[in-house]
Amino acid sequence: MADLFWLIPLVPGAGAFVLLLFGRRMSRRWIGLQASLAVLISFVLSTAGLVRLVQARSGTGLTRTLLSWIVSGSFSTSITFRFDELAAVMALVVTGVGFLIHVYSAGYMADDKAYDRYFGFLNLFTFFMLVLVLAGDIVLMFVGWEGVGLCSYLLIGFWFDRPAAAKAGMKAFVVNRIGDAAFIIAILLLLTAVGSSSLSAINAAPAAALLSPALVTLIAILLFVGATGKSAQIPLYVWLPDAMEGPTPVSALIHAATMVTSGVYMVCRLSGLYAASAAASSVVAWIGAVTAVFAATMAFVQNDIKRVLAYSTISQIGYMFLGCGVGAYAAGLFHLVTHAFFKSLLFLAAGSVIHALGGEQDMRRMGGLRKSLPATFPVFLVGALAISGVPFLSGFFSKDAILRSAFAGGRYVLYALGLAGAVMTAFYMFRLIYRTFYGEPKAGPAPERHLHESPRTMTVPLVVLAVFSAFAGFAGLPVLFGDRANIFGRFAGRVLRPVTHHLAPSTEVVLVLAATLSALLGIGLAFVFYRRSPAIPERLVRRFPRAYRLLAGKYYVDEAYEAAIIRPLVRGSEQVYRHFDLKVVDGALNGSAAAAGLAGRGLNVLQSGLLRDYALAFLLGAILFVGFLLI
Amino acid sequence: MIPPLAFLGLAALLFVLGTIAFFVKKDLLVQFMAVEIMLNAGNLAILALGRATGKADGQALVLFVITVAAAEAVVGLAIIVLVFRRRKSIRTDDLKDLKG
Repeated sequence: MADLFWLIPLVPGAGAFVLLLFGRRMSRRWIGLQASLAVLISFVLSTAGLVRLVQARSGTGLTRTLLSWIVSGSFSTSITFRFDELAAVMALVVTGVGFLIHVYSAGYMADDKAYDRYFGFLNLFTFFMLVLVLAGDIVLMFVGWEGVGLCSYLLIGFWFDRPAAAKAGMKAFVVNRIGDAAFIIAILLLLTAVGSSSLSAINAAPAAALLSPALVTLIAILLFVGATGKSAQIPLYVWLPDAMEGPTPVSALIHAATMVTSGVYMVCRLSGLYAASAAASSVVAWIGAVTAVFAATMAFVQNDIKRVLAYSTISQIGYMFLGCGVGAYAAGLFHLVTHAFFKSLLFLAAGSVIHALGGEQDMRRMGGLRKSLPATFPVFLVGALAISGVPFLSGFFSKDAILRSAFAGGRYVLYALGLAGAVMTAFYMFRLIYRTFYGEPKAGPAPERHLHESPRTMTVPLVVLAVFSAFAGFAGLPVLFGDRANIFGRFAGRVLRPVTHHLAPSTEVVLVLAATLSALLGIGLAFVFYRRSPAIPERLVRRFPRAYRLLAGKYYVDEAYEAAIIRPLVRGSEQVYRHFDLKVVDGALNGSAAAAGLAGRGLNVLQSGLLRDYALAFLLGAILFVGFLLI
Repeated sequence: MIPPLAFLGLAALLFVLGTIAFFVKKDLLVQFMAVEIMLNAGNLAILALGRATGKADGQALVLFVITVAAAEAVVGLAIIVLVFRRRKSIRTDDLKDLKG
């Protein structure tokens, strides 16, 4: 069955095709069933592939070329799927978490009019995401990269009759375009310099001296600019908070677990390139670390439950890039996996809260939901503990692995940033918990009527995700537990460069303690601020009004972009319209019309309407013709 | 034996007469007849040349031309009749709608 791995993307693709074409005539029950089944088949195939890889005990992977695609001169590209350790991990996350979210969606979207369109897009997204993951060459990878962007746009703007949703979709699309422009330039540079689009050739190129060090740095940074767009990092993160206008399961699948992490996946995939350039790696690490802290501070003052999670996602992806940037690709990938579990859990649980309150997303109107949502609260708590890095839950191990690598590489400032971010993460997550689930119920009479726990299709995926969020960390135990304890690291290490730095066991213990303390510190602060004496935050706001406004205004980055880029662009376009379009383009068109009219009026005199005149013209023409022949 | 040049001369004469008639007359029907004379002048010229070369090609060609001319005469006369019905006149000076 492992040989059928090339069907992994194609099954959801076929599902999307059927749903988008014939979905209107299908029953709701069948639509949900078919969409979930397609992803489940992919999941089973991915598992079979994983088993094959584990048994093979080497890093060769499976490759299959479906057909030759572009052949032009010496350049050729084919549609090739490659299933190696890295792709296996990612494919399992996409199909596994994706399947649970499909099931959850069947409950969450049960009342929506466009049920068929929703599941069609969801399957289409899964298809493109798996193309991106399994692509054996960078051009095909780019197809998936763009495809997931398209699906993200379609699903953010799924409720397109709401202006905010339509606008958010557009914003996501346009911001991603900026990053993608850099990505395309990088691809073209690679194609000209390496002469092959295959990922393995590109990874081997720096070592084979096909690329000069400067060119490697340039290409790696351009690719990373593309990743900042897709993975919402500084400076292109602005679209992700707005993307929360989409349905909540979409936020969980696309804007938390899979698509937004594809930038990290791309960096891991091309780790040969990044490892060859210390400068580019530094850029990746710094952007990641700064984003991790920067986005966390914005999460402090958000009142929309989904937006808190959105900033948290930006922050956590920053950690993944930090890991990749300091050379710990396996650690970055591990955090990607655990994050996919606990963040999609948090989103889906938040969706369950929103569902229970009849669409309410504002935390100021929540509170005391612990009792009324007995199934949602515990799983939410597990997710929050995991992301905060409380010991022995998944987030603890994965975040610790990244921070440990930063420390071991001697990047102490990056380490400190990461640690500060960990405190903040715990703080804003528990701020959310206390405001939503504890305290007095603030929901008004209208939402109160709707207050009900979510149906089974929604709670069962939550429980499954909670189990993974809690225990997935044990796949990547630190060296402290023995050399062979890091199963994940050893598996991913077959294709990813292993970390070379090692620390003394005593240092490791100190680092683990520091990480634990920072998590507990954040939780403790949140407890003091939002549970024991809720007056403190208000006093702080009154004491530092400027700092509060800066945070609440999200550092005015949107406004700055508006002033620095959008408005000059609009104004410039207006000038072009006024001076070039109106004068040159319209002028040329009107001018040619006027010239034709003038010529017509000039030639008018020839048309007398008299038959004799025309006959005379014939005769003269004939005489001239004959004369020409004779002479 | 009449020399072929004489036939050609007659054809040229007929053609010139037709042309002159076409330009002098203002009656569409008469002008149409002038055109027919010019056409038959052409036929005569083809026959004369065919006879001079001693081949049957010319005669065959002329038979075709006569057939086509018959059809053309039908169409032409029909147009003239229709123009007359509509305008109550076939004087070409009255038919100047194409004036720009």
